[in-house]
Amino acid sequence: MSVFVDETTTVVVQGISPTSQGLYHGLRNRAYGTKVVAGTNPKRGGEEIEGIPVYASVAEAVAATGATASFISVPPAHAAAAIMEAAEAGIAFIVCITEGIPAQDEAVTYNRLVAEHPSTRLLGPNCPGIISPGKCNIGITSGDIALPGGPVGIVSRSGTLTYQALHELSQQGVGQTTCVGIGGDPVPGTNFIDCLSAFQADADTKAVMMIGEIGGSDEERAAEFIAAHMTKPVVAYIAGVTAPPGRKMGHAGAIISGSQGTAQAKMDALTAAGAVVAQNPTEAGARMVEIVKELA
Amino acid sequence: MDLFEYQGKQYFARFGIPTSRGGVADTVTEAVAQAEAAGYPVVVKAQVKVGGRGKAGGIKLANGADEVRVHAGAILGMDIKGHVVHRLWVEHASDIDKEYYASFTLDRPAKKHLGMLSREGGVEIEEVARTDPGAIARLAIDPVQGLDRESARRWVDEAGLDEAARDQTADLLIDLYRCYTEGDCDLAEINPLILTTEGRVHALDAKVTLDDNAAFRHPEWAEYAATETEDPRERMAKDRGLNYIGLSGSVGIIANGAGLAMSTLDVVNQAGGEPANFLDVGGGANADVMAAALEVINADPSVRSIFVNIFGGITRVDEVAKGVIGALERVELRSPIVLRLDGTNAEEGRALLAPHLSDRLLAEPTMLDAARRAVALAGQGSEERA
Repeated sequence: MSVFVDETTTVVVQGISPTSQGLYHGLRNRAYGTKVVAGTNPKRGGEEIEGIPVYASVAEAVAATGATASFISVPPAHAAAAIMEAAEAGIAFIVCITEGIPAQDEAVTYNRLVAEHPSTRLLGPNCPGIISPGKCNIGITSGDIALPGGPVGIVSRSGTLTYQALHELSQQGVGQTTCVGIGGDPVPGTNFIDCLSAFQADADTKAVMMIGEIGGSDEERAAEFIAAHMTKPVVAYIAGVTAPPGRKMGHAGAIISGSQGTAQAKMDALTAAGAVVAQNPTEAGARMVEIVKELA
Repeated sequence: MDLFEYQGKQYFARFGIPTSRGGVADTVTEAVAQAEAAGYPVVVKAQVKVGGRGKAGGIKLANGADEVRVHAGAILGMDIKGHVVHRLWVEHASDIDKEYYASFTLDRPAKKHLGMLSREGGVEIEEVARTDPGAIARLAIDPVQGLDRESARRWVDEAGLDEAARDQTADLLIDLYRCYTEGDCDLAEINPLILTTEGRVHALDAKVTLDDNAAFRHPEWAEYAATETEDPRERMAKDRGLNYIGLSGSVGIIANGAGLAMSTLDVVNQAGGEPANFLDVGGGANADVMAAALEVINADPSVRSIFVNIFGGITRVDEVAKGVIGALERVELRSPIVLRLDGTNAEEGRALLAPHLSDRLLAEPTMLDAARRAVALAGQGSEERA
């Protein structure tokens, strides 16, 4: 099994045109085996691009194809509207990889989704997407670094560190059930707890790797959840031990404010919650390989 | 992007938030002219983006032109916690009856906006939170609903502000909330918010952090960006469109992706070294980007070795390798480079680089090996840290 997506997931790519990022990534996802069933573009309804039927709106795409998930990589100024359009069309799972959305837009969009479309899940923004190896890949993760078959679930706030984690495990022959990139923005649609909870409930996931970074307190809250609800082993790595306070380390959400959001506080909370905390991605991979061997 | 106090006050003024009459001065002569225009007595304030200006002697009261000359002369050029004062804000001094505190920011765990209002202003709000948490009235605001006048007025009552200040403060909070939301601030803070002896409420200071992601819809922010960074390395990186933060060590860092870049700093530290910078080249690590990144790092005299840590995803490693080779033809580097290339097309990338490897361009198979090598080349790391 996998979480959030599987081999039955059907995807509509929002904002598709012959030169769009959406088409580029959508084709890569389709080549991986993802069921990319539609694209949207208000000016290109009725066309077909690279074999993908294009509709003027998400609502039309859903009506025609029954798409259950959407993929958004439109520019920041249009992302919030695209997310709401997908939710209003009844899309259950929205992946938004767009980087650079204003925090005010994210805050409004998140709260509108919660109030008006409580059954819709948003992944991202500013995330690499989700891959359930061998089944479905929505986003920008390179499919060839993932290994099907489980038993590890991965949840990560970072893009390239997610790839690093997949790579460390796959190279050792340890597969993944699902790898979820929740993104590095201040208001993520899906957080660590959502993913930990889904992995805990997924029978095929036997252990979870969690990759956090400085800023906010989501890792601390995840630690509380791990202590209270997780029976499966968790290996955690937090990036940014040496990050200076008050500076955004690339991601809008990765900032230490005062004593809030330091890597050390997060590592301490996770250790206290019973997670295995590694000092770097390689060590995290090695610890997970050990755990998987013991489980087998 | 953090604003200087004077920029914050000018930004407040766009939203109708009252501030003291005043102006900017870069010289003693300008300071006197601004003081004459504002009307004595005036306060001469150092413009630096760091707290504790008053204690450092960067804020002085002046009753006439001679005193302005003395204070402006002393404050201009002053070093406050590593920030050199190049600019002053000179404003009419207020007769303060009461000092309050008001701010709006994002409450990340709650995913709502958080307003904080206190009758105890003029001191660090963290200090108030520690010593007298009951003195801070917090208001959670749903970003969809916003803040209405009625809620603002109730909030002011709850905070226990003086009766004479309540109506004016409620109005001001509505304006400050508009500044925070429509103005795309990460933080909009007034400390102190004062009640004058004449019974007027206004902002005596301004701390504003703008959300860089919203710059596309705020052309007026261009003037702030021009004064943003003092670090010449950061200015150079910014001119080249790179995501760079200067640090104080000797190992230059180039990585793709913010998380990997942060992690790279960590492993260099664990290997006993000190990173000279954070630099995320993002997704498109082609020859142009790589050359620009190497140029910026090369210009930092503290750098003794350069660690290039790339994990190819969409960015293919063979493209990165071509980028490094191309960059080396364009930039004469003072320091050796240690490469760690992994991910999509890593084999092809390593093969491309093989004929170029030397004691100035080294390759290591893993992130940890590369960190150790880069640290050793920088002359650090005799002892690895736990």
